[in-house]
Amino acid sequence: MKPSKFWAWAAFALGAAYFLVPLLATFEFSLRMRRGYYSFDSYASVFSDPAFQATFLYSSLIGVLAIVLGVLVVVPAVYFVRLRLPRLRPLMEFVTLLPLVIPAIVLVYGYIRLYNSSSLIPFTGSALGTDILLTCAYVTLALPYMYRAVDTGMRAIDVRTLTEAARILGASTATIIARIILPNILVAVLSGAFLTFAIVIGEFTIASLLNRPAFGPYLQNIGANRAYEPSALAIISFLVTWGAMGMIQLLARFAPRTSVRTD
Amino acid sequence: MTATTDPSPRRLSLEWLGVAPFILFAVMFLILPTLYLLGAAFVGRDGQLTLDNIAGLFTGQILAAYWISIRVSAASAVLGAVFGLALTLAVIRGRLPAPLRSAVMTFSGVASNFAGVPLAFAFISTLGRLGLVTILLKTLFDIDIYRAGFNILSFWGLTLTYLYFQIPLMILIVAPAVDGLRREWSEAAQTLGASTWQFWRHIGFPVLWPSVLGTLSLLFANAFGAIATAYALTGSSLNIVPILLYAQIRGDALQNPGLGAALALGMVVITACANIVYLVISTRAERWMR
Repeated sequence: MKPSKFWAWAAFALGAAYFLVPLLATFEFSLRMRRGYYSFDSYASVFSDPAFQATFLYSSLIGVLAIVLGVLVVVPAVYFVRLRLPRLRPLMEFVTLLPLVIPAIVLVYGYIRLYNSSSLIPFTGSALGTDILLTCAYVTLALPYMYRAVDTGMRAIDVRTLTEAARILGASTATIIARIILPNILVAVLSGAFLTFAIVIGEFTIASLLNRPAFGPYLQNIGANRAYEPSALAIISFLVTWGAMGMIQLLARFAPRTSVRTD
Repeated sequence: MTATTDPSPRRLSLEWLGVAPFILFAVMFLILPTLYLLGAAFVGRDGQLTLDNIAGLFTGQILAAYWISIRVSAASAVLGAVFGLALTLAVIRGRLPAPLRSAVMTFSGVASNFAGVPLAFAFISTLGRLGLVTILLKTLFDIDIYRAGFNILSFWGLTLTYLYFQIPLMILIVAPAVDGLRREWSEAAQTLGASTWQFWRHIGFPVLWPSVLGTLSLLFANAFGAIATAYALTGSSLNIVPILLYAQIRGDALQNPGLGAALALGMVVITACANIVYLVISTRAERWMR
């Protein structure tokens, strides 16, 4: 059994080197802006750039909107399919897998051709319309993750009993979803939300092709024109992603596990 | 909304009302745009049905772009699957300390989402001409990797960069399957006199095979559609399909909208094929397992 443990350590060490060296190298490079000694100048330069603040704010806003819209679209659908329309389940599984099969660049190409300014629904005809389209595109990108998070959350609670109890007490369907189901799957929904945020915040392809002032295109632009700021931005992006994932891990500890399973 | 006294036909319509936004959303932002491109791929400049656009895919630059894309995606998917599986086995079955396992899983969650433009920056700072590793190798060991033919803007550079999100994705997806390999099975095999090799040959890998193959197709599709990393890394100098399509959307680089649609259709066909291959093989593998 000794050799297997040796190989396990060897594989782990190799993996750790591959994954940590680029982070260290990037960090080291980001400190080299001032000649001769290390400084945080590149970070100061990034944070004081108005374009950084504006694009980061814009992408955060679109991200939050995408999360809200995603929850509004996914939660009722999963609820009704679980409760009353189980035959739609395979269809939902299939649809939510599609964004993993159809590349984002193909989707946005379809949007641009389908919803141009002379079409029936001219999303790309105005700035506001394009913002709405971008939000919907991000909901689509995050759909596989949001759906799975919500579905897992609902599997862990007793949807049927909760619904019947609320109905007996006179609650309407909207009340049941908003005030009974949603609070019970909040942890799952929030995991989906943070994952959505992590995907959306630095997204480049769709934002760039829809010509919106988002963080992803800003990153690309800085990468093409500056020397040290890109590595500072890479570290910042990594920390943002880490923050979003860390929140998911933290939330997982609060997930309800005591409820009865019905299926 | 007075649900307590709802007769069942009205409740039925209410259910559909709850599912309707989802279906509408899927139709508007997934199905219709894809079908539209599918249709546009078969329409010529004069508005007539034609196969010219499809035939146009099999010429010069476009065919070369598909070939490079397929090679990069396949290489990063296969290497990602192999290294990802090795790391997963090491962490879960190699009796490494438990905290290491959760550290690896957390890091995989972060790294699998750390794609796009920042990833390209990180690899330029590492293996670019002025990257830390490039310079360290040159000063410490007198190895000039650029003189030896390496370039971060090349096939291997791109593959090496893609592995940064491919390996973690493999770890995340295959870990539950590796967890499913019960200790009792290897103990039972040992009791019956099987060697470690025989255990993996006849039990371990056949059980893991479907999930490995499935993840492989997912990794392939993942790399095939990725553009942000490649674009930030190489600009438009590397001729891969997503970058070609990006140039087409930006400024009609092919000077033929129908050909652009065919290019997109080709991408969907290839990623869809990867997934169909997975479905066929995994159902067959499951049948074998029974």
